[in-house]
Order: sequence, then C-alpha cells, then structure tokens
Amino acid sequence: MDFAYILSRAVAQGLPLLFGSNGEILNEKSGNLNLGIPGIMISGGVAGIVGALVYENSTPNPNGFVGLLVSMICSVSCSLLLSLIYCFLTVTLRANQNVTGLALTIFGSGLGNFYGGSISTILGITNNSIPATAAAYKMPLVPFYDKLGAIGTIFFSHGCMFYIAIAIALISWYVLKKTRTGLSLRAVGENPATADAAGINVTRYKYVATCLGGVIAGFGGLYYAVDYSNGLWDTQSFGDRGWLAVALVIFVVWKPNLAVLGAFLFGGLYIAEIFVPGLTSATKEIFKMLPYIVTIIILITTSLMKKKENQPPASLGLPYFREER
Amino acid sequence: MKVKTAKEPMIRIAKRTELSTGLSMGIRVGSIVIALLACGLVLLLITNGKISFGDIYSQMLEGAFGTARRIKITVRDTCALLCLAVALAPAFKMRFWNIGAEGQALVGALASCIVVKLCPDLPVALLLLVMFIASVVAGALWGVIPGYFKAKIKANETLFTLMMNYVAIQLVKFFVVLWEKQKGAGVMSTLTTGKLPQLFGVDYGWSIVIILVITVLSYVYMKYSKQGYEIAVVGESENTARYIGINVNKVIVRTMAISGALCGLAGFLLVSGTHHLVKSDIVGGNGFTAIIVAWLAKLNPLTMILTSFFVSFLDIGTAKIASSCNLNDFASDVVVGVALFIILASEFFINYRVIFNKRAKEGK
Amino acid sequence: MSNAAIELKGITKRFGSITANKNISMTVAKGEILSILGENGSGKTTLMNMLSGIYHPDEGQIFVDGKEASIQSPKDAFNYKIGMIHQHFKLVDILTVTENVILGLKGEGKLSIKKSAAKIKEICDMYGFNIDPMKKIYEMSVSEKQTVEIIKVIYRGAQILILDEPTAVLTPKETENLFNILRNMRDDGKSIIIITHKLNEVMALSDKVAVLRKGEYIGTVLTKDATEQSLTEMMVGKKVSLNIERTEPHDCENRLVLTNVSVTNKEGVQLLKNVSFTAKSGEILGIAGIAGSGQKELLEAIAGLQHLKTGSIIYHDPKTGKEEDLRNKTPLQIRDLGVRLSFVPEDRLGMGLVGSMGITDNMMLRSYKGGKGMFLHRKDPKDLADKIIKELEVVTPGTETPVRKLSGGNIQKVLVGREIAAAPTVFMAAYPVRGLDINSSYLIYNLLNAQKEGGTAVIFVGEDLDVLIELCDRILVICHGQISGIVDGKSATKEDIGMMMTNLPTAEVKEGDAQ
Repeated sequence: MDFAYILSRAVAQGLPLLFGSNGEILNEKSGNLNLGIPGIMISGGVAGIVGALVYENSTPNPNGFVGLLVSMICSVSCSLLLSLIYCFLTVTLRANQNVTGLALTIFGSGLGNFYGGSISTILGITNNSIPATAAAYKMPLVPFYDKLGAIGTIFFSHGCMFYIAIAIALISWYVLKKTRTGLSLRAVGENPATADAAGINVTRYKYVATCLGGVIAGFGGLYYAVDYSNGLWDTQSFGDRGWLAVALVIFVVWKPNLAVLGAFLFGGLYIAEIFVPGLTSATKEIFKMLPYIVTIIILITTSLMKKKENQPPASLGLPYFREER
Repeated sequence: MKVKTAKEPMIRIAKRTELSTGLSMGIRVGSIVIALLACGLVLLLITNGKISFGDIYSQMLEGAFGTARRIKITVRDTCALLCLAVALAPAFKMRFWNIGAEGQALVGALASCIVVKLCPDLPVALLLLVMFIASVVAGALWGVIPGYFKAKIKANETLFTLMMNYVAIQLVKFFVVLWEKQKGAGVMSTLTTGKLPQLFGVDYGWSIVIILVITVLSYVYMKYSKQGYEIAVVGESENTARYIGINVNKVIVRTMAISGALCGLAGFLLVSGTHHLVKSDIVGGNGFTAIIVAWLAKLNPLTMILTSFFVSFLDIGTAKIASSCNLNDFASDVVVGVALFIILASEFFINYRVIFNKRAKEGK
Repeated sequence: MSNAAIELKGITKRFGSITANKNISMTVAKGEILSILGENGSGKTTLMNMLSGIYHPDEGQIFVDGKEASIQSPKDAFNYKIGMIHQHFKLVDILTVTENVILGLKGEGKLSIKKSAAKIKEICDMYGFNIDPMKKIYEMSVSEKQTVEIIKVIYRGAQILILDEPTAVLTPKETENLFNILRNMRDDGKSIIIITHKLNEVMALSDKVAVLRKGEYIGTVLTKDATEQSLTEMMVGKKVSLNIERTEPHDCENRLVLTNVSVTNKEGVQLLKNVSFTAKSGEILGIAGIAGSGQKELLEAIAGLQHLKTGSIIYHDPKTGKEEDLRNKTPLQIRDLGVRLSFVPEDRLGMGLVGSMGITDNMMLRSYKGGKGMFLHRKDPKDLADKIIKELEVVTPGTETPVRKLSGGNIQKVLVGREIAAAPTVFMAAYPVRGLDINSSYLIYNLLNAQKEGGTAVIFVGEDLDVLIELCDRILVICHGQISGIVDGKSATKEDIGMMMTNLPTAEVKEGDAQ
C-alpha cells in the first residue's frame, strides 16, 4: 500500500471541503449562517462543467487553458448569482437566514443536478466529456513533483486548484487576523450595531463577504466537478460534502488557517476504508460518521469551555436593522 | 414659511406597526400568484421552450390530479411533508432551530426496521405497536440530545441538529449494507411484515389519517394546552419564563423530545405505510423542506396543510413536465426553490413598509 | 462667522405615530459644555442620535461649523468630528481595546496594532486613564468600558463629544474624574454635550443647559443664571409639588426578614453583601441607590431568581403565623408554599410580560397552571383583562392585541394590574414609573398606597429621590451591594440619601475590608 498516494487522495478529498468551509467562514464571520453553501457548491461546480462543455463542443481543437478560464468564469458567475439571492433576501429583505439558506440549498442543488444530470439532452450534444479542460486542471504546477518523494506525491501532484485553495485559506486567515478589513468584518459578525456606529457599512460588508464566500465555496464544487470527477457529473456522488464543509467550520473554530489541516483530516476520514485495515463496506459507513461526531464533540467542548474566542460569531443568524426601536 | 428639509436617503424602511388582515392576506395571495407565474417562466426557460406557457399549468394540474392514483400520491407527499413540518412547529415556536428533522425521522425509520428484523414473527398488530414505540423513542432521543446541550451549555442548536442528521444518515447506511439484498446492491429488500393495513385502497391510507389527526392535535396542543403556552413564553423570553417559575431547561428538553418524537413517527409511517424498507434518502430532504413549510405557515399546523400542499404540488407538477420533456426531475427542486424565494421575499412587505421620499427628490 | 460648533434648525423626528422630536432649533458653541436636560422620554437621546448618524431627521437641517451637514451614517458624523458615547456601550466584546478603538478607521497603510496601542497609551497617560490597550473588552468592568469609549472618540480626533448619561454607571470618584477630563477637553476648544437628568451634575459641570420636554425644545440658559429649582420648572413645565399622599402605616408586623443575604454572580463578583432588613406589612419600604448597586439582584433574590450564597429570607405568613425560609427556592416553590409575592420587574417586556401575547394571555402568566387538566382556562384571565382595562383605563384596541404594541404607560398598567390582582402579601416594584407620564405615575403611586393600606408589605425601588421621600415610610439606601443605611421617609433629606448612595458608613467599610 502506497502511503504517500493515500495521503495525496486525502488531500484531494479535502480540497472541496477546504473551499467550502473557507467560504462558509467568510459568510459566518459577517454574521450570515449561510446554509445555502451546499447548494452553491453543487451549482458552482456544474456551471464550470457546462461552461467547459459548451466551449469544447464549439471548437474542434479545444485549448485546455481556455476551457479552464471559461469554466472558472461560469462557476464564479453562478456562485455569485446564488449568493446575491441569499444576500438580497436575508440582508436587504431581512428574511430568516436558516430558512433562506435551506431554500437556497434546495434551489442550488436542484439547479446543479438538473443541468449536471441531463446535460447532453439539454445542450443537444453527444460528447459530454471535457478532456482538454480536465487535463488543464489536473496538470501539476510542479512538473518534477515525483522527484520530491512522498512530499511531492502528497502535496505537489495536484493541479492548480490545490494552490488556489491553500492560497485563499491563508489569505483569508491573514485578512481576518491582520488587516483593517478583517477587523471590520469580525466586528460586523460579532456586533453589527457597534460596527455601524464605528462607521462601517454593515450591509456592504455582509454582501461582499457573503458573495466572496459563495464564490470560494463554488470553487469547491468546481474542483470536485472538473478535476476530481474529470468533468463527469453524477447526481449522486457529491453527496454530503457541502454539509461536511459546514461541519468543518465548527471543527476549526472559524479559523481558515486551521481549515487547511481540518480539511485534509476530514478528507482522510472520507477515504478511511483504503488505509484502515479490516473495514468492511458496512463499517466504512460508520467511519464516515466520524467527522460529524468529532464536530459535535468540538461544538460541545467549545460551549463548555465558554472561551469567547471559540464561540460562533455573536450575531450569527440574526438580521440587522438600524432603525429598530 | 416652508422649512427646507435636510438631504436624506431616497428610500427608507420602517417596521410596520399596524397592518390590516386584508392587506397581509392580499400580499400573501399575491406572492403565491407571482411565485406560480415565476415557476412557469422558469420551466419555460429550462425546458427550452419545448412546452408552451399555458400547457405548463395544465400539465402541472394533470400531474398532480390527473388520475385517482395521482391525487392519492399528491395527498401522500403532502402528508409526508406536513408530518415533519408539524413536528418542527413546537421547537420553532420555542425559537429552537431544529434543523434535524431529516435525521430524527431517519432514525425513526431505522428503529422500525430494526424491530422488524429482530422479531419478524410477532403478530402484525403487536409488531406495529413495537415499531411505533421504537420509532418515536428513537426520534425523541435524536431530538433530546441537542436539546439537552442547548439547555445545559447553550450549544448552538442549528449546527448541532444539522450534524445529527448526518450521523443518522451514516447509521442508516451502515445498517443498509448489513441488510443489503446481495453484496454491493446498496439497498435492502422490502420488509414482508410490519405493514399498516390498507385504507382507501392504498398502503399509506392510514398514514394520511394519522398525520391529519396529529396535525389537529398539534394545533390544539400549541394553542390551548398549558405546555403549549409554556413553549410560547420560553420562545419569546427566557427571562419571563424564569420570572414566572417555568423550568426553562425542562421545557426545552421536553419540547425537543416531542418534536423529535413526531419526526420519529414520520419515520415509522414512511416504513410501515409507504416504503417498507429504510434507505438513507427515505426522507428525501423533506426534513429540510419542512422547515421552510413550517416557517411560511407562521408555525400554525393548520396553515401548514396549505403550505405543504403548495410545495408538493409544485414538486409533482414539475416532475410531470420534466418527465414529459425527457429531463430529470431535479427540475422540481429548481422550481420549488424559486417559489420559496419569492414567498420569503414577500414576507418583507408584510413586516416592513418602504417609504419613498418624495421631498428629497423635490429638494434637488 | 459665529462661534457655533453645531446649529440645529427645525429638527423633527417621528417614529410611527409618535413624534420624538418636534421642530427643535438650538446651538452649541465651541469650547463649551452644554447639558441637555430632560425627563425620561423627552427626546434627548433621539436628538443626539441624529447628530451621530444613527437616526435621520424627518425635517430640519443640521449645521456643523456653519455649513449645512448631511449626516447619513455614524461615519459621516465622524467625518464632521462628532463622537458619541452611548449609554449602551458600542464595543465588540471579543476584541481588544486597541482593536475597538481603531475599528472602522481608515488607516495609513498597513494595520499596525502596535502603533495604535502606543498612541492609545499616550492618550491614557495624558488623561490619566488606567487601561491596558491589549485587554479584551469582555474582561473589563463597566467603568473601564466607558473609558474605552472615551478613548475611542479622542483617538478619532472628535471636536464635538456627546455623552449619553455617562455617570449612571460610575462611582462618585469616577464621575469627578470624568468631569475633570471633560473640563480639560472644553478648555482645549472642544464642544461637549452631555445628556443627563441629574441636576447636581448639570450645575457642577456645564456652561449652558438646554431643556427638552416631551420632544419639544424649551430653551437654553446659562448655568450660572440657573438654579436647580428653575431648571426643574423648565423640565417638568410647572412647579414641582409632588403632593403624593402618605398615610400613617398601621398594623405593622414583620412580613419579610432578610438576614445577611449575599449573592455572587457566575463570574464570582459579589452583587449583594450581608444585606439585612425587614419589610413590614402596611408600609412602603423604598430602596434608593445608584443604578446597578444591587437593587435588581435584591428583588430577584426575594422572588427566587437568584442563588443565595449566604443568608436567609424568612417570610411570616399573616394567616397561619408560620415562618418559611425562601432561600434558594424557585418561584414556583415559593408560590406553592402559599407565599403571595408579587413582583413588577424593571424590564417589563423582557421579564414581566410576553410582548407578542395579548393582555388575556399575559394575565395567565402567573396562573396558567391553575385549573384541572392539561388545557388552559382562558375565561378568568379574560375577565381579569377586561377588569384591568376598565379600572386602570388601559388604552388598547382589545384584549388580544399584543402588549408590545401598547404605549409604555399602558404596558405598565397591565403588569401592575396583574400583580395586584394576585392579592399579594408582599408587593415589590422596580422602577415602576420609569418612562411613564405624570398621570400614569400618580396612578401607580395610588395603587402602591392602596396596597399599603390593605396591609401589604410594599417594596419600592425608585430613582427619583423626591418621590421616594414623599411616598415611602422608610427608605433603605443601597451602595455597592451593601446597605448603607435605612432612613425615615418623613425626616430624610435628599442630601442625606444622596450621600448614603455614594458612600458606605466607614464602620461597615472597615468591617467589609476585614473579611
């Protein structure tokens, strides 16, 4: 059994979760408990496939990098649109966040799976694979990674999305922790009235953080769709990854830098059957329960310890209305 | 002398103090009409014009009510959703965000199956009784766990119940593999016993009756019982509850037990009345949809009959159109999602009033 | 070019059908301290919130430095160098002092906590604040938090400072410190606006006083030309002769005896320390003290809502003559003992009533468990609701209208009416006339007197010393969770009580230190 290979699979499994949780962290830091993230991930991913497919079918010799660019633009636009729906309903129209989020997940996963499931029928094409684009995504940025031994296999065998995920996580961490923007965003999520009084535009911060978070989460779907599944969408296989990403947010106590490690750990648990000896197809389902169990335990212990820094943002889930009286 | 006004925003939003029942009903009905129109447009768009605008509605009606069998299925689906929405109502009334109906119903269904697997030889009536008890207890347990931690240490219930869903799903998947027909099939064979007797010529006849009875009972419980009153007080203000001597923790745990138990009951009905097996998607996301259904009905169980019917109708109607256009039935989720967005948005106009500032315009 | 820092012209602000500010015009000069004086609900805070960008006026103009200003948001206010310190602090708990201070500021380049912390330290040294810039807000006391608020506006270079009842939470020494700082800032050319209803502070601190009454601007006077009496007249509109009726207490017997009651909160802070007193039937016992001195905890301890660390609360049953210790019993257990204890809490909608329910359902709060079976009995509560609406002249569309939609006075009538209807032997009320108009206030005083004459032991927590002195038979003064004395209502003076509110008798302080 090649240990390095297994770890590289764990990393690959973790990447959608990393994108997803990173997006959710930005949402939650602004006070939006966006339960629509799973829906955004699915439609963001399928939008990428649709874009690449349309492009690859439009030209006899598709260029993988054009395909990559097209799929990214499609994914971003789709995630942005869904995030805007959420923002408009919860921030501008002050609809209940939980209800809106769940409606968005119903809509988003429906939209994604609708196009993802019947793509060739809808587009009227026979060829439903995107080999050039998928290859562009999969191309390792470090061509000599196999010379770096195990480390190379684990970390550098991945395509560009790996680096994007890590970069976004680290940038998010840096921005939240070290910049004025991050400070303002944290204040908005903790206490919007105070942020407002300090001259921070609460609505704008909520919109920007939520939309940016949505786009990042959509990248998780995109990676899964075009890289991990080679551009072939199966309506069943994305499964609970969206919710796992939400769980990961709690697991890493709202810290994007920890999310990197957490995502790979969750990813590893997802494929535990490969490396844990003696797992049957039944007990492997129990193994997949672990991330949720661990998350629940974290939720309980952080509530028990009452350490303020590890609690959810104080205004999470609550709408803000200045002229409330 | 006219006092010149200061510059101010063009649009301001203020909370409504008074709203006539007529106007709020008008806004609601209007939003449903707009939602239906929007759904039609969406269908027009995603079917790529394979079907005309007028046909969309006739096809939807056809799909939901075309034959006696279709009507029964519409009623069945409405009730399946309704049961979970009703189960959630007491928890939401307490401002406890139980997102875990899916899991609570699932463990209920699982418990029923375990009972059948353990003692298949019991007389059916007795077996059904044991299944019922097992499901209700399992569902209640799944509700009480997050309820207890919310009461004791204020653990965020939204996230907790959400996680519990997936613990339940994995648990079911585990048992399904244990029981699967043949290795790798991923589904279990249908149970041969533990079925509710037929009523109205269908297996799920009794389910419908039970759910409607539960709906009415739940309405009465929330509106007229002492416990229902306690739930309302705790939901509004825990301080008030303490002030008058309500044991808040007890109410939270008890209400979550009730909410979970009713979800468990829904699971029992799914197994004994409809599917006769358990699978991880047996609840089919209804646990989540029910949250929206309950919310849109303002947590009134009787209104939930209408809201769950509305959602089920859209779902079934769209599925009919999708199948006639040779598309997959995820189209239903798209349409339901759009309708929900519009109705959620309409709530804003019931709660708030938008003031367009004419003076500001004139001033310039 | 005038010397006006701020000029308001014809400012009007409405909330729904209520006009909070009506056509207000006034001026604040540079380098002066202006007090805005007015009773609760006179529109002081609303007016200032329009300067700080929280609200926007419906009509009228604001001029800053002679130029018309459009203050749409707190950010705009800050650009006009207006800084407001709210009564409820606007601080983020989990952030440090430094992070809170620089929150929302556009910085020069990169965020440098260190640089900002150093600058805060400078401000601290300049004014003698003792604050660690890296401390988290949730670890701080109330007065420290207020200091952070002040640092925040100084740091932002505010030229116009607005303080909303800043001394409510401060000790006398802290208040004096604050006043010195404000005087320094005035001498520095800054304009200070202080919202208050404490006359002695107005006299001690301000250069000018602007008086508001029921949303209207009454006028501005120079402090040196004013007396407490003249200001009071402006504030209430007519000469204050309270003329609250006080009958002689009769048939006084011990009803509630508290001995050495101590209460500690979850964080280990002592809120009540060795409190001992007796409440007697047929008299009104007043409780005076600075806000937050333990009044709330004292009443809650009696009502069974606080855990007692030490001490006992003995109730003498007038019917049976039995004695019951209420210590650490829940409200329900207390009721089951047959103790008829009524309690009008300070937070009416957050504790005494359920805002979304109608009057009928609120009447049931205390009694819903009564009657057989698992269902509610709404007939009696409905009758009671009708009775209270009629007798106390509650203005409401009906018994099913959510009480939240009623006015403050009507809400209080509903609450007091319900508590009196329980025929209590002990009646406790915390700030029952806060936010009420004169007529409603007198109605409440009369109800309290009626309770007293009926032989109830009445405990009245008040903030207006004039009222306490005219209404109560005895006045218990509480300071930092301890009793600093009990005085006779007929012979007590405001000065005496005022002194006791801020100072503990030396002997007791020593005793306290020794422990």
